[in-house]
Amino acid sequence: MTNQITANIHETKEMTINMGPQHPSTHGVLRLEVVLNGEVVTRVHPHIGYLHRCFEKYAEAMDDYSKVIPYTDRIDYVSAMNQEHGYVIAVEKLLQLEVPERVEYVRVILAELQRIASHLLGIGTFGLDLGAFTPFLYCFIEREKILTIFEKISGARLLYNYICVGGLMRDVPDSFKPETADFVKTFRPKIKELNDLLSYNQIFIDRTANIGVLPAEVALNYAASGPMLRGSGVSWDLRKNDPYSIYDRFEFDIPVGTGEVGTVGDCWDRYMVRVREMEQSLVIIEQALEQMPDEGNVMEAVPKRIRMKEGEIYVRTETPRGELGYYIISDKSSSPFRVKVRAPSFVNLSILPAISRGALLSDLVAIVGSIDIVLGEVDR
Amino acid sequence: MLEFLENIIPSSPVALVVFALFPMVIIIVYALFAIWLERKVAGFIQDRLGPMRTGGFHGWAQTIADMLKLIQKEDIIPKDASSFLFKLAPFMIFTASYAAFAVIPFSSGYIGSNINIGVFYLLAITSFLTISIIMASWASNNKWSLVGGMRTAAQMVSYEVPTIVTVLSVLIVAGSMNLMTITEMQTGNDIMGFLPNWFIFQNPFLIVAFAIFAISMLAESHRVPFDLPESESELVAGYQTEYSGMRWGMFMLAEYADMLLLSLLGATLFFGGWNSPFGTFMSGPIWGFGWFMLKGMLLVFVMMWIRWTLPRYRVDQLMHICWSILIPLSFVNFVLVALWEMIF
Repeated sequence: MTNQITANIHETKEMTINMGPQHPSTHGVLRLEVVLNGEVVTRVHPHIGYLHRCFEKYAEAMDDYSKVIPYTDRIDYVSAMNQEHGYVIAVEKLLQLEVPERVEYVRVILAELQRIASHLLGIGTFGLDLGAFTPFLYCFIEREKILTIFEKISGARLLYNYICVGGLMRDVPDSFKPETADFVKTFRPKIKELNDLLSYNQIFIDRTANIGVLPAEVALNYAASGPMLRGSGVSWDLRKNDPYSIYDRFEFDIPVGTGEVGTVGDCWDRYMVRVREMEQSLVIIEQALEQMPDEGNVMEAVPKRIRMKEGEIYVRTETPRGELGYYIISDKSSSPFRVKVRAPSFVNLSILPAISRGALLSDLVAIVGSIDIVLGEVDR
Repeated sequence: MLEFLENIIPSSPVALVVFALFPMVIIIVYALFAIWLERKVAGFIQDRLGPMRTGGFHGWAQTIADMLKLIQKEDIIPKDASSFLFKLAPFMIFTASYAAFAVIPFSSGYIGSNINIGVFYLLAITSFLTISIIMASWASNNKWSLVGGMRTAAQMVSYEVPTIVTVLSVLIVAGSMNLMTITEMQTGNDIMGFLPNWFIFQNPFLIVAFAIFAISMLAESHRVPFDLPESESELVAGYQTEYSGMRWGMFMLAEYADMLLLSLLGATLFFGGWNSPFGTFMSGPIWGFGWFMLKGMLLVFVMMWIRWTLPRYRVDQLMHICWSILIPLSFVNFVLVALWEMIF
C-alpha cells in the first residue's frame, strides 16, 4: 500500500506545450505542439496556416501576368528577388521570349546578392536562437549593404517588384557595378570574422553538432531541397544540375555537409553549407560582373501586352531555401488559369517531426533554426 | 561609520536605519548605472551606439526613464496564478540579494555587520534566491515558467558546490570567515617587492580557484553562457514570463544586484577588497570604497563582455560542466592550495 502511494507521487506525466505562434524563436507564426517528457521532446507537431494569404487564388484573379509579380515578392519576403526571378522565368518560357544578355546578368547578380542577404539573415537568427546576440547584428550590418544596393536600383528595400517579364523595370544605375564589386571585396573578410566568432566557437559546435541529424536517405524521401538537402551530403543544386537563366556560364562549387565536427546532416552542417554558399555566391557575382555587357536596353524585350497561348509549364529555380517551383497553366485569357507554387520551406518543415524526436527542448529550437523557414513561404 | 552617524543624527534607531540603507543606495545607483553600461557595452561590441538620446549625454537617463515606465505599468496577475506567492517572490529575491550585502566590507570604515561567519552567512542567504525563483515559476502557473524554474533550481544548486569549494580554498589561506579580517590580511605590497598582498598573488593555485569561481559566478547569476533560466529564445522568458511592470523590474534589479554581490565577493576574496594596489598610496576609507567598487565593476564588465560574445549552453551540458569538470577540479585544487600553504 505504501509503495503504491509513493509510486503515484513519483509518477511523471508528459506535458504538452505550445511553442508559438507567439514565440521568440519560431521565425514567425509557426506553432509547434510539443509533447515534453521533462525536457525531452517525445512528439512535435507543427501547425501552420497563420500567414496564409491566398497567393494562388490572387494570381488567378489578376488580369495580367505581370501583376502577379508583387505577390511573388511576398511569398518569401526575405528573398524576394529569387521569387520574382523564378516566376518571370516561368512566364518567359511560356511566352518563348528571349531576354537581352545584360538583363540576364543583372538578374543573376541580384539573385546571388539576395541569396547572400537571405543566408545572412538565416545564419544570424540561427545564432540568436542559440543565445549569441552579436553575430546577428554583424550579419545585419552586411545585409544592410545589400539592401542599400537594391534600394538604389529598385527604390525598395524588401519587396522590390523590379524584375519584370522580358526585362527589368528600369536599367541599373551606373554606380551598380562598382558598388557591387566593392561589396564583394569587403564581404570576404567578414565571412572569416563570422567563422571565428560563431561557426567554430566551441559552445556553438557543442550546441549544433550531432543535433537533428538528417540522413541523406530521409532527406531525399521527404523531398528536401536547398541547404537542408546539401547539408546531408547530397550534392544537388539546380544552378548546376539543371541550369536555368545563364548559370551554366559560371564556375562554382556546391558546398555539401561533410560532418566536419559531428555527423553528416546535423545542424552545424546545414549552417555551414549556408556560410560556404555565400562564398560561392561571391564567386558567381565576380564572374558575372566581369562578363556583363555595359550597354544594352533592358526594356527591349518587354512585351507591351502579354498575349498568352494555351499551355502549361513547370519551372524550378534554386532559391536560398531550396527548390522553388512555379507551375503555371494558361488559357487564352490575360490572367493565369492556375499558378501553383512548390515552396521549399513548406517541404523542409515537414521533416521537423522526424528529426526532432528525442531531442531536448533547446535542441528543438536549434533544429527549427537550422531549417531556416520563412513562414510566408510555408503558408503562402 | 555607525559612530559617525550617531554623532550627527541624535536618534540612534534613525542612525541605524541610515546605516543599513547604505548598501541599498549603492545597489540602486549601481543598477541604474550597470543597466545603462550593459547597453553601452552591447552597443560597443555590436558596432552600434546604444542609448544616445534620453537625458542628453550618451543617454545617461535611459535606465531612469525605463524604471519610471515600469512603475507606471498596469499590475497584472494571471487569473490562475497563486496570488500571494506571485507577489511575494520578487520581493523575496531582492531581499535575499540585499541581505547578503550586510557582510560585504565596502571600505575599512564600513561593513554592515562585522560577524565572524561572514562568508558562511553570505553563501547561506544567497540560497534564498533559488527558493524565490522556484516560487515565482510555480506561482505563475505557466508551463514555460515551470520549465525555467526547474532549470534554475538544478543549475543554482549544482553550481553552489564549486563556488563553495573555491571559497573554502581562500578560507584555508586566510584562516578566517570574517570578510573584514580577510581583507585586512591582504594589506601591503610585499610579494616580490611590489605586488600587493592579494590572495591571488599569494598562492598560485588560487589563480585556478579564481577561474573556477568566475565560471560558477556566471552560472550563479544566470549570465551567458549559462543564462538558461530565462533563455529568451527557448523559454520565452523562463520564470519571469508572467511578470510585468515593477515586479519584473524587481527581478531585473535582483539579477544585477546578484552580479555585483558575486563580483564584490570575488574582489574581496581574491583581489584585496578595499586595499589600494599601490600600498599606502591612495588608501583610506574613502579611497578604499572607490577601489573596491572599481574592482567589482571590472568583474561586472567582464561578465557583460562574455554575455555579448558567446552563445548559450544546453541544460545537460551545463550540468556536465559542473559535475564532471568544475567540482572534481575544485576539490583537487582545494587540496593543492592546502599543500602549498603547508609547505610554504
